Amino acid sequence: MTNPAASRNQMPESDKPSLRRWLLTDTPASRRQARLASLYQGWLTLKSNKLTMIGFGILVTLVLVAILAPWLAPHDPFAQDLGNRLKPLWTDGFLLGTDSLGRDILSRLIYGSRITLYIVILVALIAPVVGLFVGTVAGYVGGWADMILMRITDIFLAFPRLVLALAFVAALGAGIENAVLAIALTAWPPYARIARAETLTIRQSDYIHAVKLQGAGALRIITRHIWPLCISSLIVRVTLDMAGIILAAAGLGFLGLGAQPPSPEWGAMISEGRKFILDHWWIATMPGLAIFTVSLAFNLLGDGLRDVLDPKDSGE
Amino acid sequence: MNLLDVENLWVRFPSRTGVFDAVRGVSFSLGKERLGIVGESGSGKSMTGRAILRLIRKPGIVTADRIAIDGQDIMAMSERQMRTVRGQRISMVMQDPKFSLNPVMTVGEQIMESYALHANATKAETRRKALEMLEAVSIRDPERVFRAYPHEMSGGMGQRIMIAMMLIPDPEILIADEPTSALDVSVQTQVLSILDRLVEARGMGLIFISHDLNLVSSFCDRVLIMYAGRIVEVCRADRLSEAQHPYTRGLLNSLPRLDQPDRRLEVLKRDPVWRNADSVSGML
Amino acid sequence: MSGIVIKDLDVWFGSGRDRVDAVRSASFEVAQGDSFGLVGESGSGKSTILRALTGLAPDWRGKMQAGGELLGKSRTRSFYKSVQMVFQDPYASLHPRHSVDQVLSETLGLHGFSGIDKRIVNLLDDVGLGSSFRFRYPHQLSGGQRQRVAIARALAPEPQTLLLDEPTSALDVSVQAEILNLLTDLRAARNLTYLMVSHDLAVVGHMCERIAVMRNGEIVEIMSVGDMRAMQPVHEYTKQLLESSRGYVRAELSA
Repeated sequence: MTNPAASRNQMPESDKPSLRRWLLTDTPASRRQARLASLYQGWLTLKSNKLTMIGFGILVTLVLVAILAPWLAPHDPFAQDLGNRLKPLWTDGFLLGTDSLGRDILSRLIYGSRITLYIVILVALIAPVVGLFVGTVAGYVGGWADMILMRITDIFLAFPRLVLALAFVAALGAGIENAVLAIALTAWPPYARIARAETLTIRQSDYIHAVKLQGAGALRIITRHIWPLCISSLIVRVTLDMAGIILAAAGLGFLGLGAQPPSPEWGAMISEGRKFILDHWWIATMPGLAIFTVSLAFNLLGDGLRDVLDPKDSGE
Repeated sequence: MNLLDVENLWVRFPSRTGVFDAVRGVSFSLGKERLGIVGESGSGKSMTGRAILRLIRKPGIVTADRIAIDGQDIMAMSERQMRTVRGQRISMVMQDPKFSLNPVMTVGEQIMESYALHANATKAETRRKALEMLEAVSIRDPERVFRAYPHEMSGGMGQRIMIAMMLIPDPEILIADEPTSALDVSVQTQVLSILDRLVEARGMGLIFISHDLNLVSSFCDRVLIMYAGRIVEVCRADRLSEAQHPYTRGLLNSLPRLDQPDRRLEVLKRDPVWRNADSVSGML
Repeated sequence: MSGIVIKDLDVWFGSGRDRVDAVRSASFEVAQGDSFGLVGESGSGKSTILRALTGLAPDWRGKMQAGGELLGKSRTRSFYKSVQMVFQDPYASLHPRHSVDQVLSETLGLHGFSGIDKRIVNLLDDVGLGSSFRFRYPHQLSGGQRQRVAIARALAPEPQTLLLDEPTSALDVSVQAEILNLLTDLRAARNLTYLMVSHDLAVVGHMCERIAVMRNGEIVEIMSVGDMRAMQPVHEYTKQLLESSRGYVRAELSA
């Protein structure tokens, strides 16, 4: 295993930014250093892109807001106060006004970030994993397995995503979990296609041949050798798709098939505000802006991640 | 007058860890001759060829005291003027024809297009000229090749087509960057004899960039040996085997030879002094 | 006796109209500890023979014997323990996201070795890299260093036979000399059998005792290195190859 003493010896003693030097080395002395160094290199590339960092900053803020919601929210997001209903921006401590039931919109947005994150994380855990599995197995095994798996994928791809999600939710019942499940079930086919396409090229490469010549089986080749290469491009795709997923979740919420009232889900909030959109524009606009900001942040981050992770560029 | 003069050429690439100097103060000139540039990968030989055509992509920076074609300085030219120089006066043939030809156009269309860019001619005349060019590069059935797509061509055929395209505007200088390394030896000979004939018949200057010492010494008139972005030695090609610089000697000795069997090959020991020694001038 | 025996080997790709016969009735034998070269131009089928031996080209007919086994449809792990291959392009034969350590420890693990740490260090020493290279990723290595890692990987299961598929054609000549010397030393130290494919006659002449010249999937001539050095080939095609390997001959101008 790694020898910590040896790695410490490698560190230059006199230089001030020695950690940086240690991380930027071309001659890592331990497994840990090699891993950290490659992560750090990626981070540096990511950091050099300003727009990406803006996106990254927004998402970090989103996570912090979600975690600290009880302390950040000025009001109870569910507390109704009909005396204070439909207050405009900047009145009586309601920074972003109130909705038709007199609930503080800012507090609802802050709590709503938790739901958004919940959706994002769950979908990100289900869809790409299913897609990766189906795609790599189809691509590597080929033949009948490929035929069957890819035709199933085609069936899913043949329906518009929101329509299919609607059908699932209608069958499973309305609610945020079912909405997430429906979105995940409709989101995986493109990932399967990407993973299959990548697998087909990786399968032909010499390093896969080389590990075959060591007697490695299909399972090991797929999980140890093909997955690590597909994952990076999937991460990029998922990040770029996140905007669409948030919008789909909001769409389901808007149609009343996602989060149920009084849950402060952003899409549902827009739906509620729609009735008042002409006289009280802020009720629908504020959650709309929140959705817009987070979607944009994911897109910006995705663009930057592509530069760092895309194996076509980083392979050199 | 020389066809080309290059004085103190630098190619730099700024990066996160500092500036990387790919070519460091190279000077040479080209007459009506076959000038070989040899070196290992990373020696800056390809960068030198590209820099002359100002084809170095950003963030790379090219500086030179002078790059002159027939005495006309191209460093001062605008990108627009440069475009007429590229092609009309200097052309370049790259290593792999597969990446240089457009896959969705027939060979004929591509040759005609490159001709149309440089000359005002009727369609029939362009076509005649294109077929003529294909014949000039020893393509036996020009009509068929004219209608074919690049993927239907073998490597050697593709490289001949590239040469034909580059020759249409009748350039004074041809830069060939490893034009035969992707080809089999038998095809290689054919491509080389085409280049050779063109230099002789048209009075063209040829810069032949290669890693193959045997090939350069048998094909070229004069050789520049590059190491770490500098020219370490200039010599007559047929006297390459008598080269003096320890780097050149090292390269020559590390080649396995059929006529002199040796159980172990000599391994090149790199001396840090070579890297910092001044670049030798290749001016005529 | 191990070594390699190939008799009346046909290898093809595809079927029906798209069928390509890459190798046609090839036969040769390599004794244990010998070094045998296959030369020819691209598409002559020389690499395909290696692929058929290792099981990477599944459609073949004839008799193949290597690693002490008569080869059938699939290869056993004991075959891969005694026959290993070094690929042409060291930039393509190492997984871009696996460090040297991962590559070697996985290989050793697959062959059921114990004391993997010590073995990795020994392997790196054997190929002249040293343990400071152990945790590097391929992008932190030069072409020659990568090829040394690939050779270390091939040596890991302690094979008796190495199949070398143009091991130096992607490298600079000075690096080529280092790798060829390394291969010479390893063969002497471990009594390895080499089957080497190359388009470069000088390289094959340097490494091998006997040489087969291939064209269009057929072996046109098998000769000793002495005959090759003396420029005494029997076949016209071999003569052509030998002549063009000497460089460019200007006399052809008049033709």
